[in-house]
Amino acid sequence: MSATLSTPSAAVSAPAGGIDWSHVGSDNASLRRFLHGLPGVDQVGAEARAAALATRSIKTTAKAWAIDAAIGMVDLTTLEGADTPGKVRSMCAKAARPDPSDPSTPAVAAVCVYPDLVATAVQALHGTGVGVASVATAFPSGRAARKTKLVDVADAVAAGATEIDMVIDRGAFLAGHYSQVFDEIVATKAACGPAHLKVILETGELVTLDSVRRASWLALLAGGDFIKTSTGKIAPAATPPVALVMLQAARDFADRSGDVRGVKLAGGIRTSKEALRYLVMVNEVAGDRWLSPDKFRFGASTLLNDLLQQRHKLTTGAYDGPDYVSLD
Amino acid sequence: MKFEYAPAPESRDIARLKPSYGIFVDGKFRAGRGEAVKTINPATEEPLAEISEAAGSDVDDAVKAARRAYEGAWSKTSPAGRSKYLFRIARAIQERARELAVLESLDNGKPIKESRDVDVPTAAAHFFYYAGWADKLGYAGFGPNPRPIGVAGQIIPWNFPLLMAAWKIAPALATGNTVVLKPAETTPLTAITLAEIIAECDLPPGVVNILPGGPAVGQALVDHPGVDKIAFTGSTGVGKMIQKSVAASGKRVSLELGGKAANIIFDDAPIDQAVEGIVNGIFFNQGHVCCAGSRLLVQESIHDEVIDALHARLETLRMGDPLDKNTDIGAINSAAQLARIRALADSGDDEGAVRWSPECPIPAKGFWFPPTVFTGVSQANRIAREEIFGPVLSVLTFRTPQEAVDKANNTPYGLSAGIWTEKGSRILWTANRLRAGVVWANTFNRFDPTSPFGGYKESGFGREGGRHGLASYLESEAYLAQ
Repeated sequence: MSATLSTPSAAVSAPAGGIDWSHVGSDNASLRRFLHGLPGVDQVGAEARAAALATRSIKTTAKAWAIDAAIGMVDLTTLEGADTPGKVRSMCAKAARPDPSDPSTPAVAAVCVYPDLVATAVQALHGTGVGVASVATAFPSGRAARKTKLVDVADAVAAGATEIDMVIDRGAFLAGHYSQVFDEIVATKAACGPAHLKVILETGELVTLDSVRRASWLALLAGGDFIKTSTGKIAPAATPPVALVMLQAARDFADRSGDVRGVKLAGGIRTSKEALRYLVMVNEVAGDRWLSPDKFRFGASTLLNDLLQQRHKLTTGAYDGPDYVSLD
Repeated sequence: MKFEYAPAPESRDIARLKPSYGIFVDGKFRAGRGEAVKTINPATEEPLAEISEAAGSDVDDAVKAARRAYEGAWSKTSPAGRSKYLFRIARAIQERARELAVLESLDNGKPIKESRDVDVPTAAAHFFYYAGWADKLGYAGFGPNPRPIGVAGQIIPWNFPLLMAAWKIAPALATGNTVVLKPAETTPLTAITLAEIIAECDLPPGVVNILPGGPAVGQALVDHPGVDKIAFTGSTGVGKMIQKSVAASGKRVSLELGGKAANIIFDDAPIDQAVEGIVNGIFFNQGHVCCAGSRLLVQESIHDEVIDALHARLETLRMGDPLDKNTDIGAINSAAQLARIRALADSGDDEGAVRWSPECPIPAKGFWFPPTVFTGVSQANRIAREEIFGPVLSVLTFRTPQEAVDKANNTPYGLSAGIWTEKGSRILWTANRLRAGVVWANTFNRFDPTSPFGGYKESGFGREGGRHGLASYLESEAYLAQ
């Protein structure tokens, strides 16, 4: 991943050659002017574009490439109240070797767990190269004092998390308190230290694509390494039009700043077909700079098994059914 | 990492191509008495099939058959019976949708994704729509008892061969007329296949007659005294000739002709969607669209931003094999059309406009023209005034809404226009001042059978689609009952 910004004051300073946005986050009025000055999103047009991209036909060699690419972009996730060390260790084994019958299968990018299970995951994944992401900041609602949220982050980082998935304060965003959201992202980024920060917008609660675009820019300006759609706890989660708008935001931010930040789609993506359609969207909307686990992720639990089944199908010519992939 | 899409061609066998095709007259297929010509695949220049075209005597046969059907079986068919036939045709088009789509892409050169997702489904939708009107004509606003006109001679272009046939045939039959239809010389295959469908649907012989042929066949149809109405879609030049031909003949005429539409982008537009609208406006069907948004009028304050975004978007367009499901830009329909596009584009260079095209390899065989954008175009340039009918966009700028409207209307044409702004009041203000038959707001090139389509000024007269489309095929009489 790109070098990350670690201090609040550096959050919106421009990299060499980019645009100086340091004034944008200085107060709520400036942020509001900037975010509301972004071009609007026409919902009908965005949906039509997303639907048109979904008609691309990805076959044979392209499909094989895309399935392996998608596997390598998965954040294999368990975020349940019932999670136990045993469950997490089992999932970590799967993350490192998704298909024990075929060693050519790539490992996933990371696992994603609650903060108290980070230590377990770190131990289980030691030496595998698979990252450990932790949700934090009073996930999923984000309804806690900032102090509490930052402690949550610090705990996860101390336990060895290499990536932190924070949630934004949707209440503050919808109330127009953009500075509050911005400052919290900056503070969380500082608390992350060397860990990469993914900023969950929870687009299902923002509802309009205009809000999705503004929240994306807000998170990027505040220094998020990734913008992420959803917690997975609210429906709708990742949808094609939302993904389209977020990829456009990442692309536009990169075009104007030279700084390529990542996008993570999470929640509701269960089939290879959907994943491949999203990769087409990444390719054609954002560009191939985003076709890497450093810049694009799928947050998912069941998607991996479908990718593995499709991979078998391509290599053997036959579907071998759900009993041939592991349940973890 | 690079994501290379593997070829994903639709199978050519689905088209069920035959070695030869003829004409369809009085419910029968037979060879025409005109020339035998080869129709070719414009993407490869390979012959697809031989067509025995109609001659003048075939036109006479067809018009007489249409007259017999009009006065006989068709006038005895109840309105609900006409509905039934039209619903049947609509369903049959859907059942053979894949075959028709592949056939259309082979013969026309358009990408399969368009023939599959636009041409064929919209053709079926037109038959469904007008099927519903056939037994409700007394409620369409043309008096309690509107009557058909008689025998309609219909001449259609090569850009949407099946869809244009549907636009012409469906309202004519719904209103009780019979038709003689001439498809374009370079694209007869789907019209003849539609004749097969019509025959299989058991329409009475002579209700629909289809005569592949060239301009001479069209002229014979226009001049035939047995024809009551001419419906033509095509170039403004030919439209003017037709109007002269039928002057004082008593024939009714509707013309859907050329265009040079303005696609107006205001500074408060949703830019990403506007860029899609620009692409869809001019590069849909290789720009072979009479209502194409061929003049981009962009507010000067956002010109650079829009053009940069447009360039980036055009780099992702995929030109090539029309049967590949991932192809966005297919082949130009004919060598003659390619020559015309080249000549007009060259005039853009000569007149000082700046030409830009994305990197895209051009296939060695076939007729191809890359997506092209001219910036720095003035209203005085030929590429801003003449219809190119190809994938060539002319970019002009404006400063105020009034200037945008003035420039948009400054053309002999008036078929369509586009408005892009997030401000509803500006959409209404602008639309009220545009002299164009179709005005799209925050979209472009959307076709729906419920919506009337047609032109102002030299883009023609009469409307197709919607309730208005019925009027072109009805005698509307004052009706007074004591």
